[in-house]
Amino acid sequence: MVSTTPIEPMDSPPPGPAGAVTGALAARSAATGRAGDKVFLALSRGSGIFLLVLMASIAVFLTYRAAMALTENEGNFLTTFDWNPAGNPPVFGIAVLLFGTVVSSVIAMAIAVPVAVGIALFISHYAPRKLAGPIAYVVDLLAAVPSIIYGIWGALFLVPYLEGLNLWLDHFFSWTYIFEKTQVGVARSLFTVGILLAIMILPIVTSVSREVFLQVPKAHEEAALALGATRWEVIRMSVLPFGRSGVISASMLGLGRALGETMAVATVLSPSFLISGHLLNPGGGTFAQNIAAKFDEANELGRDALIASGLVLFVLTLLVNGGARMIIARRKEYSGANA
Amino acid sequence: MKLQRKNGLRATALGALAVTGALVLTACGSDDNTSGSSGGSGKATAASNISCEGAKGKLLASGSSAQKNAMDLWVKNYMAACSGVEINYKSSSSGEGIVAFNQGTVGFAGSDSALKPEEVAESKKICKSGQGINLPMVGGPIAIGYNLSGVEDLTLDAPTIAKIFNNKITKWNDPAIAKLNEGKSLPDKAIQAFHRSEDSGTTQNLGKYLGATAKAEWPYEAEKKWPAPGGQAASGSSGVAAQVKQVDGAIGYFELSYATSQSIPTVSIDTGAAAPVKATSENASKAIAAAKVKGTGKDLALELDYATKAEGAYPIVLVTYEVVCSTGNKSDTLSTVKSFLTYTASEEGQKVLSDAGYAPIPAEINAKVRETVAGLN
Repeated sequence: MVSTTPIEPMDSPPPGPAGAVTGALAARSAATGRAGDKVFLALSRGSGIFLLVLMASIAVFLTYRAAMALTENEGNFLTTFDWNPAGNPPVFGIAVLLFGTVVSSVIAMAIAVPVAVGIALFISHYAPRKLAGPIAYVVDLLAAVPSIIYGIWGALFLVPYLEGLNLWLDHFFSWTYIFEKTQVGVARSLFTVGILLAIMILPIVTSVSREVFLQVPKAHEEAALALGATRWEVIRMSVLPFGRSGVISASMLGLGRALGETMAVATVLSPSFLISGHLLNPGGGTFAQNIAAKFDEANELGRDALIASGLVLFVLTLLVNGGARMIIARRKEYSGANA
Repeated sequence: MKLQRKNGLRATALGALAVTGALVLTACGSDDNTSGSSGGSGKATAASNISCEGAKGKLLASGSSAQKNAMDLWVKNYMAACSGVEINYKSSSSGEGIVAFNQGTVGFAGSDSALKPEEVAESKKICKSGQGINLPMVGGPIAIGYNLSGVEDLTLDAPTIAKIFNNKITKWNDPAIAKLNEGKSLPDKAIQAFHRSEDSGTTQNLGKYLGATAKAEWPYEAEKKWPAPGGQAASGSSGVAAQVKQVDGAIGYFELSYATSQSIPTVSIDTGAAAPVKATSENASKAIAAAKVKGTGKDLALELDYATKAEGAYPIVLVTYEVVCSTGNKSDTLSTVKSFLTYTASEEGQKVLSDAGYAPIPAEINAKVRETVAGLN
């Protein structure tokens, strides 16, 4: 399954492969005229259209409510460092949220992807059979833990224990600016959120990467071995290039989860409407966390404003997925479908 | 092999039985405890004092989560006394409760701030020939909890609290704090001030207190949103309490019940009275007693005197109201609303509050509430 079509991030409809399959089916059913084919064609076409209609109606709803909020907003929606739709005059902006969402996701990716690729390579190429199964199983289990549990674990365990790491980073790497800790306080920062998100997206990136690495044609690997390559050289010359598009797809799936993660972030982060490059300082915010935190007490305008911020997250996810698809499309020659 | 498996199954079944049994028993146990300590008194007096006259069917209400625990106890006692009546209080937020009230979907709303003029204007559409009024029903002290090993009975005053939450005082051994706590050894430790991350009536009430008593240090409007820059945030009263409990050098604010249930030490307030005032339900009631009714007619919205110097009056208090129509309540819920609010404003009803970490409304104001409730139509 993984090898034949690149994994689709949930939020974007799959136009390419689905369309191709439908077309092929249509051709065949026309040729043979079997009833089953017709039913299946109708079903698959119907679900495709249903998905598009659903997405479009969500977009219309979000845009309509967002527009209502934006007409009332007295601040600049893109650059205001405040969220006060209940104020007089109402002022709110997404600058801090956009920054926080992107930064925490980038940290998560920077940590999770190398680790996940390492685990996947270990499971697929290094570990003895007896060990590979259980490790894969344990990593997959991480995906089944609800995000609020990650949040509680993060707040009660991770945050206190990360203080040491933060002090160490501050002591040796404060010259990097981002690791300079200028404010006292426990580690309820974007950096901590990034680490937590990395743990949360690890299973999906690992399991997809592992599947892709297992699909590398044996002939490629054996050919490399026959030329006298070591195991690392085999991995570098045949496994990694072959699996690259798969790993990118896997990373995008993980990124999708990191961008939209709500409860875990809301529990661990100490939100504030300030943009700071000092990642170890408490503060910042993400779209999803802000929506969860503000929704309860929000008035009518406040809810519309939150929906407007949700629309920005929607667009951001769309851009990320689109970008990923472009990268994958460029590297089609390596994808499993052609092997 | 087969036999073993059977044994295993039997063992599992036994284990499952034991676990279920234990769960059932503990469930019963805890249930009994709560009704024994607080509900019990309601039950005992139910026959004589809760009047179910005219109450019938289902009553929907919605609003402030600050009075949720009080409402839960009241509803439980009331429904135990009046069979056939169902009261459903949805604790969401004051804003949501008022919106629901003005749409006519609830019998009454709970709110931790009095109706704004525009909300009163809107309520006239629902209340025929009348308008929405505020009935003070639940008082509550907002405790300032702290975590500082080796320091007990910390005393602070309003300007110092404002400076701490405003990041003007950043060390525990700051001269301003030392002056209020003579004879105690304060550590050279950074203060970590925690506030609520979401909009909250508790934040607004603390803001009102600081704005009224330390205007120079606290120049912000009293809003539900945390106004000051800096500091750290946590979600909900429970979240702030958990952080204060966990972090050495922390200080934060939450309803008193969170401090008592988690044994977090609370700050005594130097109000200018002879002795610093501890955060307790009785002391909060004394401060509410100093309040004036600012509402006109049947409206009993209170104006709290945050700057009170009365002996033993704890000034950081929150009062939550029940919002009803002065006249023109919906006929199918009117009698139930009257009957239920008569109970909550009664002596028994108010007595329940101290057990739950709230403060009863002082007798003088409470008498007016009862009078108003009796006259609702």
